[in-house]
Amino acid sequence: MVACGCKCETTEQAQLIEQLDRIIDEYRGQPRGLIQVLHKAQELVGYCPKWVQVRVAEGLGVSLQEVYGVVTFYALFSLIPKGRHKISVCAGTACYVKGTKMVVKAIRQHLGIKPGQTTEDSRFSLETVRCIGACGLAPAMIIGKDVHGRLEPEQIPEILEQYQ
Amino acid sequence: MNNLNEIRAKYTEQFQQKSKRARIVVGLGTCGIAAGGDKVMEAIKQEVAARNLDIDIDFTSCIGMCYREPIVEVALPGMASVIYGDIFPDKVSQLIESHVVNKQPVTEWAAMQIPEGRTEYDGIVTMDKSAYYEKQVRTVTSRLGRTNPESIEDYIATGGYEAIEKALSMDRLAVIDEVKKSGLRGRGGAGFSTGMKWTFVYNAQGDKKYAVCNADEGDPGAFMDRSVLEGDPHGVIEGMMIGGYAIGADEGYIYCRAEYPLAIRRLNLAIAKAEKLGLLGENILGSGFNFRIRIKAGAGAFVCGEETALLNSIEGQRGMPRVRPPFPANKGLWQKPTTLNNVETYANVPFILRKGADWYAGMGTEKSKGSKVFCLTGKINNTGLAEVPMGITLREVIFNIAGGIQDGKQFKAVQSGGPSGGCLPAEKLDLPIDYESLGAVGAIMGSGGLVVMDENTCMVDVARFFLNFTQNESCGKCIPCREGTKRMLEILTRICDGEGKVEDMDTLERLANVIKTASLCGLGQTCPNPILTTLRYFRHEYEAHIIDKRCPAGVCNALLVYKIIAENCTGCGACRRVCPVGAISGENKQPHTLDTAACIKCGGCVSKCKFDAIIRG
Ligand SMILES: Cc1cc2nc3c(=O)[nH]c(=O)nc-3n(C[C@H](O)[C@H](O)[C@H](O)COP(=O)(O)O)c2cc1C
Ligand code: FES
Repeated sequence: MVACGCKCETTEQAQLIEQLDRIIDEYRGQPRGLIQVLHKAQELVGYCPKWVQVRVAEGLGVSLQEVYGVVTFYALFSLIPKGRHKISVCAGTACYVKGTKMVVKAIRQHLGIKPGQTTEDSRFSLETVRCIGACGLAPAMIIGKDVHGRLEPEQIPEILEQYQ
Repeated sequence: MNNLNEIRAKYTEQFQQKSKRARIVVGLGTCGIAAGGDKVMEAIKQEVAARNLDIDIDFTSCIGMCYREPIVEVALPGMASVIYGDIFPDKVSQLIESHVVNKQPVTEWAAMQIPEGRTEYDGIVTMDKSAYYEKQVRTVTSRLGRTNPESIEDYIATGGYEAIEKALSMDRLAVIDEVKKSGLRGRGGAGFSTGMKWTFVYNAQGDKKYAVCNADEGDPGAFMDRSVLEGDPHGVIEGMMIGGYAIGADEGYIYCRAEYPLAIRRLNLAIAKAEKLGLLGENILGSGFNFRIRIKAGAGAFVCGEETALLNSIEGQRGMPRVRPPFPANKGLWQKPTTLNNVETYANVPFILRKGADWYAGMGTEKSKGSKVFCLTGKINNTGLAEVPMGITLREVIFNIAGGIQDGKQFKAVQSGGPSGGCLPAEKLDLPIDYESLGAVGAIMGSGGLVVMDENTCMVDVARFFLNFTQNESCGKCIPCREGTKRMLEILTRICDGEGKVEDMDTLERLANVIKTASLCGLGQTCPNPILTTLRYFRHEYEAHIIDKRCPAGVCNALLVYKIIAENCTGCGACRRVCPVGAISGENKQPHTLDTAACIKCGGCVSKCKFDAIIRG
């Protein structure tokens, strides 16, 4: 097992750590790679828990405070686990004037979660984000990697059904 | 390879061959894909295979008519290209049957045709006469929707990399002079002369310099940079190369927001292909000029669009602005002289070099030259991308190009410049669009997002929306911005909740002016603009909220009162059944009544009523 300083015991975790180390290797000792490494680390682990931050800090040669500062500064990094499907409802201006509120309300009604929360079965997490660049199709949202535009509240249940 | 003559001849020949064959092209920009473009592409491939047709299938980026996505182009040899809108998979079979097999375009689905010297069809408007494009010019957007953005061959065949060849044969100062003479000003917001900026970096002392491209496009309601990156990535790369050569840089960075995965992918692809042809790397075209470009993805912070915050972010730190001076021209990325320009700014440069500064300066107004790409969004009929000459009026853009207000509603305001910009009322519609005119009325050109609002939009709510945005995005480094935005947001929320006080309007104005003058970076310096302009042009709406406790647009929930208009009510009972708190009562076929004290203002009754008998206001 890799010596990682945390309490990982399962082989699954050990594998995760090995993969993380490979990501870190690309920028080992180079503080400038911090954001790039965190992007990839989050893709791998799903979020940026403390053990990831510690490992990244040591690998790139920056302090843990700095890593924590960066993780909490940027909206894309998360300290808590997300659902399997991440719903990002656009709350940019164009979408706002065309009904972001209605879309969020419909999702809330359907899933019972507010922006910032994850469903109990970890299927969905919901958040509002700034403009996703699909303003021409406002109101819009992203689920996983798919952009859905010209949303009507009635379509929400059907769209969510596609994601299990 | 010392010049591109040979491969240019080859690619141009290929490009011309393409138009000699029948082809179907699907628009696959982010907007096209969001509207279902990839499913249409699938359907077309299946249909073509099933019918065993001899026809080329290709894809392109967004031509600009987002309101007609998914968009499909069909071109037969010698005949004009027909651009079809709203083509969903279920229309594909009929489209191919009619246009490809029977050679009869489906006129009622066609948005326009593009002849480009080929035979025109009857009954379809040509692009240059269509309502959407008649007043537009296409420079930066000329390849959008017309070439395959992932093909360097298409780019070179349409004049690509001619400008860098020309630049490399010129003296570096002559290149800067040409850009200066064109009058090009930064398209990222502030509108600083690009030629001047490059002169500063040229003159700065240092062995290492950088050219950085700002592709953070943070303004909500703006997507022109995304469209240009997705549709003409080589154009931006070539612009950066010219900038890099002119200032003496050998390295460039593109800072692109992570929310644009397709743009990042196409940029990466474009860079790899340019490197393969030797257009990026060492000793480019035998000139001795070396240049490499790297991409950095952002991580979701609006303030990173600010130039010094962006540089910190590239360096791997939190995106907090630096105190200026020193300016990036002297101490930028890793403290080296750096020029930072917007995507659209760079994309203009190859055209200026190729067609000449005089050609470029021939468009626009005295102080704002050339053309500008705008994103038309909000409550208008035609949402999309439009490139217009500077100096065109807001009215022409909103009522001619964007086709006026949706559902025949009244125009109320247009928001220009995002969270740093302002909301302008109908009286300002005849204003020419240029940096000075917009600045004089409290708005800004900004990056080019125009969000149009109708009578159903509450301007106080809009001001609160923007403040909520800037307060969230304030990085917290300087106090006027960090604390000030919070206080202003509190006041606006109070007003929307019906608890506003008369003196709140003065307090807002005072706070706004302090924040404007005392903040460290552009975020704080401009974030009061939405409040100041709404106070200036829509004061009556603030007064209605504060004094009459009323929201005229019917948006602010706390101020709404639901009423049943007896004359319109048929007594169908739909509202009574849907009301979750039993606030509506009445006999069948008799006008109902609504108990305002019990009403929780959920709006359920309004959406159920088929007779417009329930109003809120
Ligand atoms: C808060 C804030 C956000 C900004 N966001 C962007 C942006 O998303 N894209 C951009 O090109 N410029 C943005 N700018 C302007 C840049 O600071 C800078 O002026 C610009 O990139 C310079 O390029 P230009 O001269 O080509 O316009 C922003 C400025 C501020 C203060
Ligand atoms: S405002 Fe929603 S995609 Fe731009």
